[in-house]
Amino acid sequence: MSDSPSSATAALILPKDLAAETGRVNVQIDGIWRQFAKGTRMIEACRQAGTIVPHYCYHPKLSSPGSCRMCMVQMGLPARPAPGQEPQRDAAGYETISWVARPVIACANTVSENMGIRTHGDLVAQTREGVMEFLLINHPLDCPICDQAGECRLQEHSVGYGRSSSRFMEMKVKKPKNVEIGPRVRLDDERCILCGRCIRFMSEVVGEPVLGFTQRGTHTTLTAHPDRPLDSNYSLNTTDICPVGALTSNDFRFQMRVWFLKETPSIDVNCGTGTNIQLWTRGNKIYRITPRQNNEVNSCWMPDSHRLNFHSLDSVARFTEPLAKHGALHEPVSWEAAFLTAASKLKAQAPEKIAIIASARMTNEELFLTRALATALGTTNLSLVPRFSEPDALLVAADRNPNTTGAMLVLDTQDPFSKLDAIRAGVRSGAIKALIVLGEDLITDAGFCFEDLAPLEFLLQSHTLANPTALAAHLVLPTAAFAEKRGSMVNLSGRLQRLNRAIEPPGQCRDDWEILRDLTQAITGNTGHLDSIEEIFQALAETLPAFNELTLSKIGHLGIPVMDTGYQIPLLTTERARQAARLITG
Amino acid sequence: MPVVKLQRPKLNFGESIYLLAVAKGFLITLTHAIKSLRGKSASAKSLASSGLGVTMQYPEHRWDEHLPEYYRGAPALVTDEQGRERCVSCQLCEFICPPKAIHITPGEIPSNDPWAKVEKRPAAFEIDMIRCIYCGMCEEVCPEQAIFLRKDYLITGLNRADMVHNKEKLLAIGGVRTGLVNKWNELK
Amino acid sequence: MALIILIVKIIALTFLVVLPLVPISVYFERRFCAIIQDRVGPNRTGIPLTLLGFKKDFHFFGLIQPMADGVKLFLKEDFTPAYVRKVFFWLAPALTVAPALITVCVIPFGSSITLFGNTQQLVIANLDIGPLFVFAVSSLTVYGITLAGWSSNSKYPLIGAVRSSAQMISYEISLGLSIIPVLLYFGELNLGKIVQYQADHGWLLLPLWKNGQLGLPDLQTALFCIPAFVAFIIFTISIFAETNRMPFDLPECETELVGGYHTEYSSMKFAMFFMGEYAAMVIGSALIVTLFLGGWSVGFTADKWIQNFHFGEFYFGGLIHLLVFLLKLIVFILFFILVRWTVPRFRYDQLMKLGWVVFFEAALINVFLAALILAAPHLAPAILATGAVLLAVVTAALIWVAKVSEPKSGILQA
Repeated sequence: MSDSPSSATAALILPKDLAAETGRVNVQIDGIWRQFAKGTRMIEACRQAGTIVPHYCYHPKLSSPGSCRMCMVQMGLPARPAPGQEPQRDAAGYETISWVARPVIACANTVSENMGIRTHGDLVAQTREGVMEFLLINHPLDCPICDQAGECRLQEHSVGYGRSSSRFMEMKVKKPKNVEIGPRVRLDDERCILCGRCIRFMSEVVGEPVLGFTQRGTHTTLTAHPDRPLDSNYSLNTTDICPVGALTSNDFRFQMRVWFLKETPSIDVNCGTGTNIQLWTRGNKIYRITPRQNNEVNSCWMPDSHRLNFHSLDSVARFTEPLAKHGALHEPVSWEAAFLTAASKLKAQAPEKIAIIASARMTNEELFLTRALATALGTTNLSLVPRFSEPDALLVAADRNPNTTGAMLVLDTQDPFSKLDAIRAGVRSGAIKALIVLGEDLITDAGFCFEDLAPLEFLLQSHTLANPTALAAHLVLPTAAFAEKRGSMVNLSGRLQRLNRAIEPPGQCRDDWEILRDLTQAITGNTGHLDSIEEIFQALAETLPAFNELTLSKIGHLGIPVMDTGYQIPLLTTERARQAARLITG
Repeated sequence: MPVVKLQRPKLNFGESIYLLAVAKGFLITLTHAIKSLRGKSASAKSLASSGLGVTMQYPEHRWDEHLPEYYRGAPALVTDEQGRERCVSCQLCEFICPPKAIHITPGEIPSNDPWAKVEKRPAAFEIDMIRCIYCGMCEEVCPEQAIFLRKDYLITGLNRADMVHNKEKLLAIGGVRTGLVNKWNELK
Repeated sequence: MALIILIVKIIALTFLVVLPLVPISVYFERRFCAIIQDRVGPNRTGIPLTLLGFKKDFHFFGLIQPMADGVKLFLKEDFTPAYVRKVFFWLAPALTVAPALITVCVIPFGSSITLFGNTQQLVIANLDIGPLFVFAVSSLTVYGITLAGWSSNSKYPLIGAVRSSAQMISYEISLGLSIIPVLLYFGELNLGKIVQYQADHGWLLLPLWKNGQLGLPDLQTALFCIPAFVAFIIFTISIFAETNRMPFDLPECETELVGGYHTEYSSMKFAMFFMGEYAAMVIGSALIVTLFLGGWSVGFTADKWIQNFHFGEFYFGGLIHLLVFLLKLIVFILFFILVRWTVPRFRYDQLMKLGWVVFFEAALINVFLAALILAAPHLAPAILATGAVLLAVVTAALIWVAKVSEPKSGILQA
């Protein structure tokens, strides 16, 4: 253990002193000595040592009540020597461990110098078996019905550590089932194992302590405050952290078993925070979205409003083929014909009579190609549509555009929304004859009205869903939605993150970057080689100093900070304060 | 493994001319053919032969009374004594099904239903009998003893849609099963 | 008038007798092999009266099956792959089926019928070179097969075609040599007269009557049974090889060559290969029956009596002979089928060895043996003895050479 140069000094310097120099302590976990920072929870020390201790109530982002008793391990401390006697040490200088006869919980105790932890062995196994048997006494064992089956800790630990059969012959306790505890969450109290994670989440993270236990003993029941349902915008996070099927999502209820679902890591596009998410899909359908842990962005949580905003992806309102306006009606056309029409109509206009309204919901790559399109057309009338709303104190940012920071970088401007008013005025006055709208609905979001758009000689819109602007558009191009495409975005705090494709776009929908590339090439006439999103990112990285040396794959699932905007995500601020105060571990 | 060198059997003159052996072969084939013609082939009786070879003449003679106890025919859903479907659409059969013949759309039992305790039942349960390979994995995996392979084997249709058994059809084939299923018991 | 009679004969004998025999032999093949294999075979295809609202279908023991097969083949897509040599690809099936049907013209199907004082032989062309004509024309079949394999421009058909041509050329030699004793015996190449001779003097393999009198044959005739039997065996087996039947069906051996030379063919073009093959089998059987088993003759001195059956001016004995001939033919076809489902397929080297080493030599020796027996009454005993000894010595020498030339090692070779 000692790496001192001479053996003489090695005999004098003990391991505890070596560790103390860096503020660490020596802990023996399953027979192997390691060093951990002072104040580390035993369960975290075990995790760092590669041993997962089974647990229910413990959550790194929440306080540890030690209520489930599942994480019990055997603990040992250095034997206390008689007064005046030197403690016994082995050859490496560690004191002899005297093991405690009773197990202790690993989630609420911290490590100390010369501590021993056993996560295996008869005592630990018997303890876990006993805890599992107690937990299952009143559990209804309705796994075939329960939505949690497949990702249920109770199932997993029952298989891993429990008994194969129950010795409980009596009647089970009857508790409320199928309770609408909030607008989005369903509660089944019979399945609840009373870990209290949801209660702590609501009071510690959200700050709305609406959940609590009533009754006593085996009749203890989780319930919401009688006058206040679980209606927080973060309520669905309780279903994520519920280790069993007690709290389930109304939206995902009985939709699909989780073992059919494929997980695709991606990011949320509903606000500038860029919450990291997991898309759960089967076939070409998204069934649910859950937050993905990223301690630099969203911790382990996400708002319900963002989580449930994916149902439009398989709605009937999706555009599935390019549409051209013939008279009052739109008729399907081929992509080739659409690009030819667009190119001829746009080339017929003088450059200053053309304007582009793009969206800050587009990825960096798409914005890069939008800029290239503007250059090809020779126009400087390029603006994005601002989208500001009320922020909350946790994750929802005031800027509801996910890529405003990226747009500033890629378009090389401090205010990408500045020209919107000028363009609107130009359209109204007739100075602008041709308008390209990318991924935005002018009438709903950009202050246009239907009459404004009527005098335009050519209006091209690319969008995923049917919208009022499309009614006025001469050409409508269907594009892929956020879960159907790849690309990168920069969130408000300057973190470059990646979108991944979880499902295929419907019908003839194409990625925005493909549309922009083909449109630009149809206008300029030269056919360059931009065959993949990687090539576009490479071209972007060459022009943008912040992205130098980066590729899409280098971004990784957790993203890379590319600039410092000074923006603080409120949730992270409070979480870091609680961490500093040792209230939580992770 | 050592190499074993085989010696060709030594043939005597009669055998090396082959003609006698061939004639003997004809005789064997012919006697077999005559036996087959008279319906006396080996195991003709146990295979319920029609009197020619060992073959059963299908539409006139049927398997029905000859089916063994372990015969695996069409999979079907069963109801219990009180007419409640046992399936809770846990989708384990859909998961285990090797040819992916089963397709379940889960549905919720409305809370005003007398058996709302179970909460969940299949809104649609379809087995594509063109895909089904009658392996019986669905029966084996079912935690609610709701799907069984019955002895029905006459699964025919004039188009692909005919060959997809929907829930009504599956329940009709399945019939009623009695036995201990605890899911409706409030206290078990 | 003669032309009309000829056309009637062609149509009647080729299209009403031989061609129907093809589907019938297919049907027999399927039923017989099914019975051998403990199955039932096609027994359903009939007239589906239930479709018209009747209570019961007519099954006819599935006799309609070949017709249904034909209709099916006719209605299938006639697919010509893009990479084939089109002209030859289209020509090849015709080249296989035509020779088989042309050879029909010299086969005597019955004695003769007399109608309104007009006597007609039941043969299309009463040629004086019957067997030679058959050999000459039927050896053209190999062109069809070779062209089919080559023009298909694909590996398996080519291998099948090469195998087939090598096999047919090899066995044509023993085929030709094996009937020389028969022709020596009859001293005649007209098949009609050969059959008439057998009707009068006993079948070649069953000489139990002479000049209209039942009785045991004389010594020479009895002795001649030996070369006649050898010739019969060599001829029959060579016919098997010529018609590509089991156990000599290497050109289309499906375990190695998919379908052999007709792999790329479909629909009617395939059906023509199929027909050609079965027609060749029918003709082969007809030839064997004609040469060795008395053709249309009932035998046992009954033929003269049958020939005199008549309704007034209509002498119909020839028709009875026709039926007898067909009966013999079908029995022989059944024998073909029995062989197919009894004997396993040869290996190609075994096939070649059998043709060149065994049959070729045996047929040669057989020619001399037959000549010796036939010439015996006219030869001095010394010369006869010398000839017999010489023949024995040569035979022994040939057997010894064949034995010595065999590979020495007794180890089983894969």
